[in-house]
Order: sequence, then structure tokens, then C-alpha cells
Amino acid sequence: MQRYILTRLFYAFISLMLLSVTIFVMIRITGDPVVLMADPGAKEEDLQALRKELGLDRTYVEQYVIFITKLARGDFGKSFMYRIPVFELYMQRLPASIQLAGAAMAISIILGIPLGIFAAVRVNTWLDSFCNVFGNLGLATPSFWLGIMLMLVFAVNLQWLPVQGSGTLKHIIMPAVALGLVFTAANMRLARSAMLEVLGSEYIKLARIKGLTEGLVILKHAFKNAIIPVLTFACINFALIMNGSVVVESIFAWPGIGRLLYEGISSRDFPVVQATVILGGVMIIFVNLLVDLLYAYIDPRIRYGQ
Amino acid sequence: MDSSPVVSAGDAFGAYASVPPFWRRVATKMLGGPMISLGILGGLVFVAVFADFLAPYPYNGTSRYTPEVGELRNKYLPPMWQARGKPQFILGTDQQGRDILTRLIYGSRISLKVAVAAVLVSGVIGTALGILSGYIGGWVDMVVMRLTDSWLALPPVTFAILLAAVVKPNEWNIVVILGVVYWTRYARVLRGEVLSLKERDYVRLAIVAGCSRLRIMWTHIMPNIANSAVVLATLQLGVVVIAEATLSFLGVGVPSPQPAWGVMLNDGRAGLMTGSWWLSVFPGLCIVLVVLAASALGDWFRVWSDPQLRQL
Repeated sequence: MQRYILTRLFYAFISLMLLSVTIFVMIRITGDPVVLMADPGAKEEDLQALRKELGLDRTYVEQYVIFITKLARGDFGKSFMYRIPVFELYMQRLPASIQLAGAAMAISIILGIPLGIFAAVRVNTWLDSFCNVFGNLGLATPSFWLGIMLMLVFAVNLQWLPVQGSGTLKHIIMPAVALGLVFTAANMRLARSAMLEVLGSEYIKLARIKGLTEGLVILKHAFKNAIIPVLTFACINFALIMNGSVVVESIFAWPGIGRLLYEGISSRDFPVVQATVILGGVMIIFVNLLVDLLYAYIDPRIRYGQ
Repeated sequence: MDSSPVVSAGDAFGAYASVPPFWRRVATKMLGGPMISLGILGGLVFVAVFADFLAPYPYNGTSRYTPEVGELRNKYLPPMWQARGKPQFILGTDQQGRDILTRLIYGSRISLKVAVAAVLVSGVIGTALGILSGYIGGWVDMVVMRLTDSWLALPPVTFAILLAAVVKPNEWNIVVILGVVYWTRYARVLRGEVLSLKERDYVRLAIVAGCSRLRIMWTHIMPNIANSAVVLATLQLGVVVIAEATLSFLGVGVPSPQPAWGVMLNDGRAGLMTGSWWLSVFPGLCIVLVVLAASALGDWFRVWSDPQLRQL
């Protein structure tokens, strides 16, 4: 097990290094940030001075070595636009992203798992068909379009909810639903198939033969085992929503990490993009690793590294 | 062949007692099968191919209206069945007075072209890397798998936006971008299959017979994973349609005067606050319909091609 963890950590490290090189080169190909930063009539020597100040006059290799040695000390550099440490900027945006991802996750779990379980328990009934239709629709609806539709109905026509922005509980409802629906559908499908698999197993038969009530069989014996894959999937999704909700955040003017990244890309703010991508990568890779380990811990049948 | 014992056993338990009526059998067959999905996707292809004949205002017609040009005096007209609607604009007009229906019809061309091409690109990259990684193993496997890991560490849409910032956004660059972003799933799944295929007797015999590695991969491994690759590609079709729409919506995909559905949704945001719902509703419905059809077809295809799943 220890050996397995070490190997995985080593792989994670390599993947992150690959990611850092990729993102470092890619963001530099998008263009020269100095052109966007300087005044329109700036002279060439002013641009050159600005480049020197930002460290952009050196070669890519030199820049990368500087970047990575600073990174090793936990320093992500300063934002070109805001002129403050990127890490500070990131920490300002992080709470909003956690709130949004948490709310979306809560919706998808509270709605998705019971629906999936009901569908599995009442398999091939109208409830199952309804869940099937809902699942397919949920997965086929782009979250940004759902966001626009919600806005149209609840903010423009009914005027129950504020159109954009953040701060109150009312602000979070629409973006959370827009983001959460896809994952609700996904959780539901996963819960249904996991539950069906468990319900067909021998120990459920045994529980029924020994005369347990159906409710007890489902809640105590089947549910516990069926929930594992769903929860692990939810953990990975949480990390993905935290970092990948660029579109919904930009529609609802939600000040999260996704928007920070998007602004960083459009203003060619290299340190911001590098930091958000790498921190996001760290989050996603480590959640994946953690989930695999937890899996083995919860389910004694799984053993890695043999 | 004598199958009578089975039949009589069935009769005894009443399993054959109620054969559903003919219309019901036909209906279940149609609904359970891929007919509706195929119908929708076939319709999409038909509309895309014959857009010039179907659209009320074609590109090269005599009208002043084309999908990319409108007249400002006709802006924000609602669909024809609404009070202010005009009969010549069936689904209404947008903020520049362009006919929504015409743009939707021409938009199907872009969606279809980009989705199919992107699925092909990502499928070819992913399948090739999956086979190489699985069959050759060693450091090749190591490199490919670490690559897919680091791809996994970036949410796909974020990655696509980044790439779109690197190249100039146009249809074919979007194809390349989506191809580069979405190949990992093929590589992972197919690598797993290749790992089990390569232990089969016929592959070992081919090695003994002196086939080159390239030949084994091409003639012995490839045909056996083609099925999975096609299933994955069908399932990926909907994902790619949504991804293209997302990029176009953000303004880093298909550039603006072109009538891509994502572009139309972005245009629709301007009219949202004044309640011009038709700008946003119709393109979104088109996307949902196509994605729904593609994923249903993919699901059906997966079950159909795998007899073990069919029994579930």
C-alpha cells in the first residue's frame, strides 16, 4: 500500500510538471501582454522597459526556471494587471467558488441519489422511465443555456431572483441549479446502476430470505454499498466544478476562480493563468488520488499494489 | 431442432399467455431502438445539406436577408404567432433584424461539420495512442498515460478556452482544439482493451508467424477495438456539440457573423433583459435535441454491440 501511494505521488508529480510546462508555453503563445497593458501611444523603449520589469525579456527556458524555482518556494509571482501576489488574488476568489461548487454539489446529491435509488427499487415502472427521461435531458442540456433559461423565467419574467452578482442566498440559487443539474442527472444514473447491481447480489437475497423488511434491506444493506461509487464520483466532480465552471460564472457574474482564469486568459495575465491552472490541477489530481485511497479503505475487497 | 420442451414449459408458467398486440410490439421496437435518434440526426443532416432550399432567406438568394445580414428596422420581432410578429419571420428576428429560423437552419451545418470532424480527429488521435500505449507498453505507455493524467487535471472547457486563445478562432481551428482536448477517453478505454487483446492466442501466433508490430496493431488489434471506438465516438458526439456551442457562446469559437447556435445564444443575451426570449430559447432547444439524439443513439449502440449488457 505504501509503495502504491508513493508511485501514485510520483506519477502525480510528473503529471503536474507536464501540466506546468504545457500551460507555461501555451499561455505565452497567446501573445504579448505588454501590448495590452501599455498606453496606446507608448514608444517601443517603454514597452521594452515594461517587458524587462515583468521578466518577459528573457528566453522561455530562463523564464521557466525562474518560475519553477519560485513555485518551489510557494511563490506564484505577481499578477501583471492587479500588481498583487497571485496567491492573494486566488484566495480572494476561492470562497465564492467553494460556495458555488458546494451548493451545486448539494443539489446534485440531495436530488440525484434518492431519485436514482427509487428508480432502481421500482425498476421498469413509470418512475424509472421518468428518471430515465430526466437523466437524459439533464445530461443533454448545456449548463450555460439552462442558466439563461432560469434567468429568463425567474429573474426577468417573475422577478423573484436577482439577475447577476453574488452576496446573498438568493444570488446563488440560479448558478447552483444551472451547474448542478448535469451532475444531478449523472449522480442519478450512477446511483441507479450501482443500486441495481447491489440488489442483484447474494447478500441481498440472504437478507430477504432471513425475513428482513424490504425497507431495511434497501436502506441498511443495499444503500450503504451502492452509495460508495456515487460519493467518490461526487468528490471528483466537486474538484471539477471548482475549476471548470467558467461559463456559468461569467453568465451570472460570479466572482469565482473560473472567471479569474477567464479574465487572466483574455488580458494575458500569465502568472494568474499559471497559478489557477496549476492549483486547479493539484486539486483535481489529489482528489483523484484521495478517492482511490479512500475507496480501498472503505471497501476491504479492493487492494492496490500487488 | 426440437424446442418444444421450452415452449411447453413457458406455456405452463403462462409466460406466453399474453402476446402484446401488433401496434404495441411495433411501438416498443421503435421507441426502444434507435429509430427516434436516427430520425432526429437524419433530419439534422437533411437540413444541413439542403439548407439553401429549406431556409426562408438563403445565402445567395435575391433577398436582402441572408443568415449574416438583416435590417435594423426589423430587429427584435417576436415569432409570427405572437401579437407583434410578422408572417415572413416565422421564429422572429434577432437584434440585427436577422431571421432566426434561417440562422438556425444554417447553424445546423456548422454544428454538424464541427462535431463530426472533431469526433474524427479526437477519435483518430485517441485510438492511435491507445493502441500504441497498450501494445508497445514500456516508456510509450508511461508517456501516454501521464499525458492523459495531466489532460485530466484541466477541466475540458477550460482547456479548450486556453487553446482557443492561442489560435485564431474559426471553424477548423475549433475542430483541432476539440480534437486535442477530447482524445483522452478513447486512449484510456482502448488501451485497456488492447491490453487484454494482446494476450490472446491469435496475437501470439501472429508474433510467432513473424508479423511486424505495426502489422499486428493494424490488422489484428485495430479491427477488434473498432467497435468500442465507434461506440465511444457516438457517445462523444453530443459532448462535442455542447463544447462547440460553449466556445462559440463565450466568443472564442466560431466567429460572430456566422450563424452557429452558440453564437446565436450569445447574441440572445442582449435581448434577455427586455424579454426577447425567442433569441435564446430556439438555438438552445436545437442543441438539446441533437445532443439527446446523439447520446441516446450512443447508449443504444453500446448495449447493442455488447451482448452482455443487453441482458441487463
